[in-house]
Amino acid sequence: WVSNVCVTLTAVPRNYDPALHPFEVPREYTRALNATKLERVFAKPFLSSLDGHRDGVNCMAKHPKSLSTVLSGACDGEVKIWNLTKRQCIHTIQAHEGFVRGMCARFCGTSFFTVGDDKTVKQWKMESPEYGEEEEPIHTILGKTVYTGIDHHWKEAVFATCGHQVDIWDEQRTSPMCSLTWGFDSISSVKFNPIETYLLGSCASDRNIVLYDMRKSTPLKKVILNMRTNTLCWNPMEAFIFTAANEDYNLYTFDMRFLESPVTVHMDHVSAVLDVDYSPTGKEFVSASFDKSVRIFPVDKGHSREVYHTKRMQHVITVKWTSDSKYILCGSDEMNIRLWKANASEKLGVLAPREKAAMNYNQKLKEKFQYHPQIRRIAQHRHLPKSIFCQIKEQRIMREARRRKELNRRKHSKPGSMPFVSERKKHIVAVVK
Amino acid sequence: MPSASATAEKAECRPERLSNRRKLAERTEASVQVSEFNVSCKGAGEKLVLSELLRPIRPKSTLSSVKKELTRVKQKKAVELPLSKEEAKRVVREAAYVRTSKDVGKWQQVVLQNRRAEQLVFPLKQEIATVVPLEQVASAWKARTPLEQEIFGLLHKTQQPITDPLLTPEETASLQAMSLEEARQRRAELQKARVVQSYYEAKARREKKIKSKKYHRVLKKSKRRKALKEFELLHKSDPEAALARLEELEQLRMQERMSLKHQNKGKWARSRAIMAKYDLEARKAMQEQLAKNKELMQKVRVELPEEEPGDVPEEDLTSVTVPTIPAGASGANPWMLGKPSGPAEEPEVQEGLGDVAVPGAAESKEEMEEEEEEVSEEEALLQDFAQKRHARQQRAGGPEGQGADEMEAVSELRGDSPIHAVCAEEPASLGTEQPPQAQEEILLSEQLGRARTMEDGEALASEERVEEQEKPAAARAEERVRQQEEGRAGDRRAKKPPAKKKIISLQAVLAGKCQEVQCPSLPVVVEEEEGGVDQRGVITEAFAGDDVVADFRREKRKAEQAGKPQPVNLVLPGWGEWGGTGLKPSAKKIKRFLLKPPPAPPRKDQHLPHVIVSEQRNIHAAAHQVSELPFPFERHQQFEQSIRTPVGPTWNTQRAFQKLTAPRVVTRAERPLEPQQVPVGDEQLS
Repeated sequence: WVSNVCVTLTAVPRNYDPALHPFEVPREYTRALNATKLERVFAKPFLSSLDGHRDGVNCMAKHPKSLSTVLSGACDGEVKIWNLTKRQCIHTIQAHEGFVRGMCARFCGTSFFTVGDDKTVKQWKMESPEYGEEEEPIHTILGKTVYTGIDHHWKEAVFATCGHQVDIWDEQRTSPMCSLTWGFDSISSVKFNPIETYLLGSCASDRNIVLYDMRKSTPLKKVILNMRTNTLCWNPMEAFIFTAANEDYNLYTFDMRFLESPVTVHMDHVSAVLDVDYSPTGKEFVSASFDKSVRIFPVDKGHSREVYHTKRMQHVITVKWTSDSKYILCGSDEMNIRLWKANASEKLGVLAPREKAAMNYNQKLKEKFQYHPQIRRIAQHRHLPKSIFCQIKEQRIMREARRRKELNRRKHSKPGSMPFVSERKKHIVAVVK
Repeated sequence: MPSASATAEKAECRPERLSNRRKLAERTEASVQVSEFNVSCKGAGEKLVLSELLRPIRPKSTLSSVKKELTRVKQKKAVELPLSKEEAKRVVREAAYVRTSKDVGKWQQVVLQNRRAEQLVFPLKQEIATVVPLEQVASAWKARTPLEQEIFGLLHKTQQPITDPLLTPEETASLQAMSLEEARQRRAELQKARVVQSYYEAKARREKKIKSKKYHRVLKKSKRRKALKEFELLHKSDPEAALARLEELEQLRMQERMSLKHQNKGKWARSRAIMAKYDLEARKAMQEQLAKNKELMQKVRVELPEEEPGDVPEEDLTSVTVPTIPAGASGANPWMLGKPSGPAEEPEVQEGLGDVAVPGAAESKEEMEEEEEEVSEEEALLQDFAQKRHARQQRAGGPEGQGADEMEAVSELRGDSPIHAVCAEEPASLGTEQPPQAQEEILLSEQLGRARTMEDGEALASEERVEEQEKPAAARAEERVRQQEEGRAGDRRAKKPPAKKKIISLQAVLAGKCQEVQCPSLPVVVEEEEGGVDQRGVITEAFAGDDVVADFRREKRKAEQAGKPQPVNLVLPGWGEWGGTGLKPSAKKIKRFLLKPPPAPPRKDQHLPHVIVSEQRNIHAAAHQVSELPFPFERHQQFEQSIRTPVGPTWNTQRAFQKLTAPRVVTRAERPLEPQQVPVGDEQLS
């Protein structure tokens, strides 16, 4: 093997005397400005669209062992398994009659579970059937009520479904090991904690979020919010943190030990948030909304760092962050699954060491000068469709009006009779022990 | 009686709920305290204890047991009412919540650590990838489709193994052919061989570098003697082999004769012939040359010629007078070989080449061969060394206890001895002459470029040499610098002097620019040198039109004027006197209402003639500046500090740069990243 570069690169001694390299701040500022501009120039997050479903995509599941495989269930009961590298559908199953309400893969990646409107829980093999074999589920469980969600335990052969109550099933049995109830209402989603695997979180349509302990088979605590929570997702790196996607356009990140008020309120969406999924690094999460956009939030920030939308993308129902933390998948009403880059301007493929060093340097510069107005202006600029843009404006006005009204009310009432309520506490109705 | 009082207290403490339900006993006496048993005591603070009632005048042992029983009865509590279902669940939930949040709380430290970490590398736990053997993967698989079955049928027919080792018998045999030990041995042998070879090469190089003439003379003599001795031995032991050797020698000699060397036809020889009339030494040299020629032309048995002192001057002269191709340089710079430089030179060139080639053959030939072998095939090398080792062993066994080196030397001699015998002097002379030639190499190589006009070149060269000798070294260095500068400026004419000065770089020669450049006439150079280009003069000439200094002064004066505070004119014409066209306010009025401001503080650039200090805020820059302190910073100094420290490679060493720009989160994901893992010990606990 012969290097393409014929010239041998020799170390050139360099004098780092600051007197010889003046104007470091202006020079770095210029570099930062250029880096920021380039970042915006190269921000092309949309990679491809996986089409093939014949109805809206209702749920998705990641393969726990393979990065290139993803599963999706549609509103017509069809389940498709996709290969992301080829961007093709590998396999299609007509799993249910009516909606596929929820799906999850087994931790070993050999099979997956689906629940549907036909009151069944079905377990399927991940591989397509052999030649001459018929497409049949491994197990089918007939239930009494409709199941609306399912999640699998991260280590054991146990899964949980939700509907009228949260049921915990052993894979080998046809009746649940235990049923967890606290009040009667339809529960929309249930999720196992990925770290402390005996913990469960669920959200019901009577506006509450309930935590359960599988060991004691008892619910733990309930927090009631102003509006209904659609889904929740546990942080895969921080055992006690979870984020709830709420109907009131916000997301709430809770610490399960202190449910009285959320740690952070994430607000940017202009319509109900339908789904949320954490990055495997636990530093960010992605949310899908009814307002036809997908947003990426840092865990500790109240506002999103990125918004993805396309003209053709309708209400986004489900969203997943791939397990290599590089891509985002979103399934929407108009039957497509879209693949996005998690970092919009990231260069894909193998990078040369010098390229990598340059990228790191640019990143650092952007971080360093992020408070400078010109750089911030460029870095924060995003294009939004008119509908979202107008809605944001409208909501800003509404919020301002509300604030003003409160201010006036406070001004004209007895001092102390109108206490200040922080934004975080405003949305919590009660915590039930 | 402490125990008794305690029981009474307990009775009081019982939940009221219970007492409410029970029917209260009626009270017959007025008393502060009411006992359960409807007995009142007299004393205000005293309490009646059941056992006291039973106590007789004199204590009896039989009653003590009853007393005990009574106290026990007293101690027994009534069973509490069970909690309502709701409440019970709530208690359970609360307990479970407390416990679970405590369990989860153990992650607090880890989480904080991860949040604060300078860099997080995912996956957090590095896993060692294991490769599952193909057999295991394929074992569960079965042929189902007709195509697969057909293929498997074929495989069965040809006795191809399908399952476990997946190797044909031949393959296994070939795998087993070389065992591990054998391979190791082989490898060790190879390593050793390489080491030995490198030692040998180093030694050869070292020996080649030795400049001492005496050493080479001695060496040569010893070699010659050895060769003779050997030949005699050979003659005695194996006359046929000796004859063959002789034949070989004869062959080589014939070649030498055919090459027409030492024929007095070379340039040098001709020049000597001219000089011979006047110079005694030249005549002597010529005679020697003739003698050598004769000696070579004689068809006699080979005799080793005596050493010639005349050889050294010959080399010297060639290098001085013939500036074309240096004898020793041919190997060093390959582009010199390719160019024929005129018909007159040819024999000389050949001689030069021969000079190099012949001695080179002595060592370099063999070395090169060896290298080639090593590069091409280790096998061959091994064989070679095996042979050598074999020979050495034999030698060691024999009566003559000669070292390995001597052996090698002999083998060398055997290979090239005829050449040595014929012109044994050349290598020695070459060895001695190499340093001066190497020095002149650069000068000479420059000549090659314009070899087309040979006469010109020669004439020029001679002139230059004279000129160069005249100039002091320092002046030459100066010139060089200036010429380089001029060369950078890209002046076509300025390029010529360096070409003539022979400080031209190797690359310039390679680029072939010199060929285009014709030989410049000498006077031009001299003129330029004497004129001495003045840098300052050039600049003043170039910027003759604009006077920058004056401009600056004017600008500064303007800035000073602008910086001065202006007087405020509050004069209102026509106020208190007549006003109108053509009428001016009176001087008195002007004096009164023209307000002179206090003088401005001294300018900061007062004593700096080359500087204008403007203290005005730049509005355009303000748009790029941070107006308020950003969130995480508490004081503006912190923020300024963070901006002031540069992170780029321009200001930091490579190491520091890498550290400063390390990304916060690094993901290396070939497989899905997994959530945080519970440590094994903790898992058991929970």
